[in-house]
Amino acid sequence: MTDRSGTMLYLNGVSVAFDGFRALNGLSIIVHPREMLAIIGPNGAGKTTMMDIITGKTRPDEGDVYFDGRTDLTRLDEAAIADLGIGRKFQKPTVFESHTVWDNIELALKGPRSVFGALTYMAANDDIARIEGILDTIRLAGRRGDLAAGLSHGQKQWLEIGMLLAQDPKLLLVDEPVAGMTDAETVETAKLLRDIAQTRSVVVVEHDMSFVRELETRVTCLAEGAVLAEGSLDQVSRNPAVIERYLGR
Amino acid sequence: MITQLVFRALDRKASWLIAAILLVAVAVPACNLLIPPGQFGHVPGYLVTLFGKYLCYAVLALSLDLVWGYVGILSLGHGAFFALGGYAMGMYLMRQIGARGVYANPVLPDFMVFLNWKELPWYWLGFDMFPFALLMVMLVPGLLAFVFGWFAFRSRVTGVYLSIITQAMTFALLLAFFRNDLGFGGNNGLTDFKDILGFSVQAASTRAALFALSAILLALGVFVCSMIVNSKLGKVMVAIRDAESRTRFLGWRPENVKLFAFIVSAVLAGLAGALYVPQVGIINPGEFTPENSIEAVIWVAVGGRGTIVGPVIGALLVNAGKSYFTAALPEYWLFALGALFVVVTLFLPRGIVGLVATRAPRRARMTARNDTVPPVLHPKAEPAE
Repeated sequence: MTDRSGTMLYLNGVSVAFDGFRALNGLSIIVHPREMLAIIGPNGAGKTTMMDIITGKTRPDEGDVYFDGRTDLTRLDEAAIADLGIGRKFQKPTVFESHTVWDNIELALKGPRSVFGALTYMAANDDIARIEGILDTIRLAGRRGDLAAGLSHGQKQWLEIGMLLAQDPKLLLVDEPVAGMTDAETVETAKLLRDIAQTRSVVVVEHDMSFVRELETRVTCLAEGAVLAEGSLDQVSRNPAVIERYLGR
Repeated sequence: MITQLVFRALDRKASWLIAAILLVAVAVPACNLLIPPGQFGHVPGYLVTLFGKYLCYAVLALSLDLVWGYVGILSLGHGAFFALGGYAMGMYLMRQIGARGVYANPVLPDFMVFLNWKELPWYWLGFDMFPFALLMVMLVPGLLAFVFGWFAFRSRVTGVYLSIITQAMTFALLLAFFRNDLGFGGNNGLTDFKDILGFSVQAASTRAALFALSAILLALGVFVCSMIVNSKLGKVMVAIRDAESRTRFLGWRPENVKLFAFIVSAVLAGLAGALYVPQVGIINPGEFTPENSIEAVIWVAVGGRGTIVGPVIGALLVNAGKSYFTAALPEYWLFALGALFVVVTLFLPRGIVGLVATRAPRRARMTARNDTVPPVLHPKAEPAE
């Protein structure tokens, strides 16, 4: 595999097994700065496990996982990895339901994460402006005071994307962002992610092929814990192995 | 910044609650001492002590709510912190007896003379000084909470497993304190107190002062808890309660937040225990029984967890009910308590405060916006992944 310098995310030969089942089997993926990578693949291909490994939830049995070309992610825990600048949106939208939309963003906002820092935190004008900007971006400005529990599924997805933005990460891992969204919302989400990828690295896992097409980016198809095919969406979707193992099913 | 923190702590509800508690702190002792017995408005001495006891329980409930209601740590051993604070105060009170004990030993408490001990164990040294004892009242429960929490939260023990460990903790202390050779009076505990800071513990004025101090401690507890839960840290606490692993992926460290809340809570519980002991006149290993801790959980559940007012109301009401029931129908109290817990769990998941709070704002919000989404005030925890 190529040199890891100059990469934002570098996975080389990553394997992990749960009770004998090999969820990842020598997976190698590279994401460069300001690049978007869409990952497709059948259920059980290891997409979520890959995200778990990058974010420190799961430790790989073997293989290298490097962030920004130099930080070994396999040695760090979730909070430390989030602090480095890796943000994650979950497959099932996971927002803090008993908090307001505003507070959800505020909790994600980049800043000190110490106990006493949080105790004495006073929202600075910069922070307020930043939260307002994010709320405008995710179109929830009108619902800032509502509890997140009351949002629709699609709005929760957007709120979670807003929380990602608030973290100001260098790398965003986005798991099925458009599940439960209308077609119009899906198009908007693709546009938003393309905008984000102008300044940051983004990895999107998605099943919705029309959405992946909207992303207009490099596609990797995973199957059985390893890379099956890489290239543009057209190249990948013409690949016979992909048709047989994923698209044809 | 300090003023802003104070200002934030004193939201409308907390201000009212603190004002009410401070009013009680003045009114009850005044009605006891200034209005002569037999006249209208006189509060008899036994009631002052009884209410003072309730106030200490209310502080315990408040401390438990800080960890259970806000961070989701269901501690079934919070009575241990209360009892440790009580023992530290009890040790001070024992040393104050001096030569007035049955065996008239100027240094050794009676039970040590009885056990043929020749000198004071090292861990009793210093307890003749009130400031040292006060420090220990806070330090011992705080240290236990620190050590316990450090290991438990770091190894990510949560939910029912954590609850079981907390219960094991208080049970282990119960067994330890029953032992005579531990040096805390064994089965009988510490009692026969004479005076505190030179004032007789039996005197009406001392009892009134202890009542007032209990009320002030409660007001202080409300203030501190309110300051914590109204801060960003309070929001993080609730976030951890509802979706702990999600907070990790945002870069927060739940173990540190939990540890902080647990220590603050333990210190508060210890202070409550320290004021409880001179009012009831005894501290024995019975205070460590898991039943006591579970009862405190019921107070919080009845009043309304995740609120500041709830545990205070719950502790006062349930204990008033207990005093009534155990006098009127002694055999049925535990049945009533159990039934109360079942009813609250099934029909009042947010307790008495929740019952009051859900009605008013829901209607207001419905009319304000044509929103048909019911406000889910306590959604069930949905851990990320």
